[in-house]
Amino acid sequence: MRVLMKGTEAMAEAAIRAGCSAYFGYPITPQTELIHYMSRRMPEAGGVFLQAESEVSVINMVYGAAAAGVRVMTSSSSPGVSLMQEGISYLVGAELPAVLINVMRGGPGLGNIQPSQSDYFQSTKGGGHGDYKLITFAPSSVSEAASMVYDAFDITEKYRHPVMILADGALGQIMEPVSLPEQGASKPSVKNWALTGAKGRPANKIFSFYLDPKGLEEHNLHLQEKFKNIDDEIKYEEDISDDMEILVVAYGTVARILKNAVQKLRGEGRKVGIFRPISLWPFPESALKSASMKAKQVFVSEMSYGQMLEDVRRIVPDEIEVKFYGRAGGVVPSPNELYIKLKSLLERGV
Amino acid sequence: MSNQILERPKSLTQKQFHYCPGCHHGIIHRLIAETIDEFDLREKTIIVQPVGCAVYIYEYFDTDVSEAAHGRAPAVATAIKRVSKGKFVLTYQGDGDLAAIGTAEIVHAAARGENICVFFVNNAIYGMTGGQMAPTTLPGMKTATTPLGRDVKKQGYPIKVSEMLAPFEGVSYIERVMVSSPKHIIKAKNAVRKAFKYQLQEKGFSLVEFLSACPTGWGMPPVDAAKWVEENMTKQFPLGVYKEVGLDD
Ligand SMILES: Cc1ncc(C[n+]2csc(CCOP(=O)(O)OP(=O)(O)O)c2C)c(N)n1
Ligand code: SF4
Ligand SMILES: [Mg+2]
Repeated sequence: MRVLMKGTEAMAEAAIRAGCSAYFGYPITPQTELIHYMSRRMPEAGGVFLQAESEVSVINMVYGAAAAGVRVMTSSSSPGVSLMQEGISYLVGAELPAVLINVMRGGPGLGNIQPSQSDYFQSTKGGGHGDYKLITFAPSSVSEAASMVYDAFDITEKYRHPVMILADGALGQIMEPVSLPEQGASKPSVKNWALTGAKGRPANKIFSFYLDPKGLEEHNLHLQEKFKNIDDEIKYEEDISDDMEILVVAYGTVARILKNAVQKLRGEGRKVGIFRPISLWPFPESALKSASMKAKQVFVSEMSYGQMLEDVRRIVPDEIEVKFYGRAGGVVPSPNELYIKLKSLLERGV
Repeated sequence: MSNQILERPKSLTQKQFHYCPGCHHGIIHRLIAETIDEFDLREKTIIVQPVGCAVYIYEYFDTDVSEAAHGRAPAVATAIKRVSKGKFVLTYQGDGDLAAIGTAEIVHAAARGENICVFFVNNAIYGMTGGQMAPTTLPGMKTATTPLGRDVKKQGYPIKVSEMLAPFEGVSYIERVMVSSPKHIIKAKNAVRKAFKYQLQEKGFSLVEFLSACPTGWGMPPVDAAKWVEENMTKQFPLGVYKEVGLDD
């Protein structure tokens, strides 16, 4: 059954249907509807809801619930996610599964509450201290956001590594029809490492502390080995042809807006392709590389001054030019703006 | 009694403590472990450990243990207690951990009346990082970062955690004790027992503050350090019960 829902609420409901039984949060716009929704639905579903005193506490509560073996989630927006970075690093070090949502807003600093994509670096390049990257998925519709959150609980448990859903303020606020997954199909995995009391088994310990450099290096090698397997979670969407004049690369809300521009140009007989990374880490490197090799030039657009751009430039062969157009500070580019930008690139390219 | 004390509690592993001679962390570990045994709680206990000299607790206690980031043990313990039915949850924290970087977490856990026990080791110094000033460092006391002694005009006054937290309605029991002599160890043990009972009877937040010696951080021989606890720390931090809402029998 399809229901009309806001992005934030759809993500909350999807989490509950995935068996998430603990949610910790701290109010911040533009994702307050998510915490409101959880405050009502979580107790109904028999789970734990708690509004904490800060995002610092939130992420450490997430850590505690994850250590106890339950499915746990939090959501926040950019400044709050910045506060969580130490805790995220601890989740990684202690190999605890958790689902995190960042409904990105404009920065730096307090910035504003409008949509943005300027936390790409923070989410995909580490963010906290230590050698790690966060599994990051970027939805571009309400329905995709809901199924992404739902699947994230299995993925985070599979790797014992936190998953970030990197949405933006626009996606959080729009209303769209969604068909929500059924409750009960996704089940928490059996966790013999979880803290449940040392009954009939040796005591379990959750920690990230390895005073001896050899021990810590070994732990890091284990993590790096694990990260390689996460390549199985690479996801992208492409609509390309063999002789593109231009390949458009964007994620999230910008990809969605660009689709309009691309359709319009195709209507005018232009050969334009679109590539949308869905997993931002691991990044769909080889797929993007082969797609880009079928294009004369590549165009990247983000609501930032070029963060994903750095990955695209690294991947696309040097002889193919990569052009960029970004808006930031909470400004969402309009379909027409992107159409005009693309059109001028195409005309110059001819 | 003394024979009992020498026997290793079941809730401790065989691992030897790494603490300096005269350090009180080891005594406090034993008191907690003995009480876990007495109440037969080993298989239900989840300990949340600090970052501080007690960071190796996970090696010493034969119970489930979680590390917490520096100061965040009350947040971690809050979540563990709330998502786990029928488990016994305690935090063990130093004064830097609890009263400096983790002040928000301890205040809010107390205000919410989280049904956990907090064992707070106040040694008036940052032991692990090399003897810097703690929020509990006494006026005039020399530390690595107050080489001329703590000047209250510049570095402010010590935080009295027990006094600060006792007024919260969510708090069921708070007592300040020390472990500098066998007589006081017996008193301290009773305080630990009481704190356990408050959680077992679901009365809410309980905390025992241990005035504790750090001979290394203070630059004193162990005997002098124990004496210093009795003579100086108790003046700044008077012993006693700060909150007691009452147990069912
Ligand atoms: C975020 C962060 N800041 C600083 C530190 C360094 N650090 C480790 S232990 C500690 C102080 C510990 O003092 P206390 O809590 O009093 O414990 P004690 O060693 O005295 O028992 C500090 C500052 C850290 N590990 N993490
Ligand atoms: S430095 Fe102080 S607190 Fe740490 S082990 Fe030594 S005596 Fe104990
Ligand atoms: Mg200390």
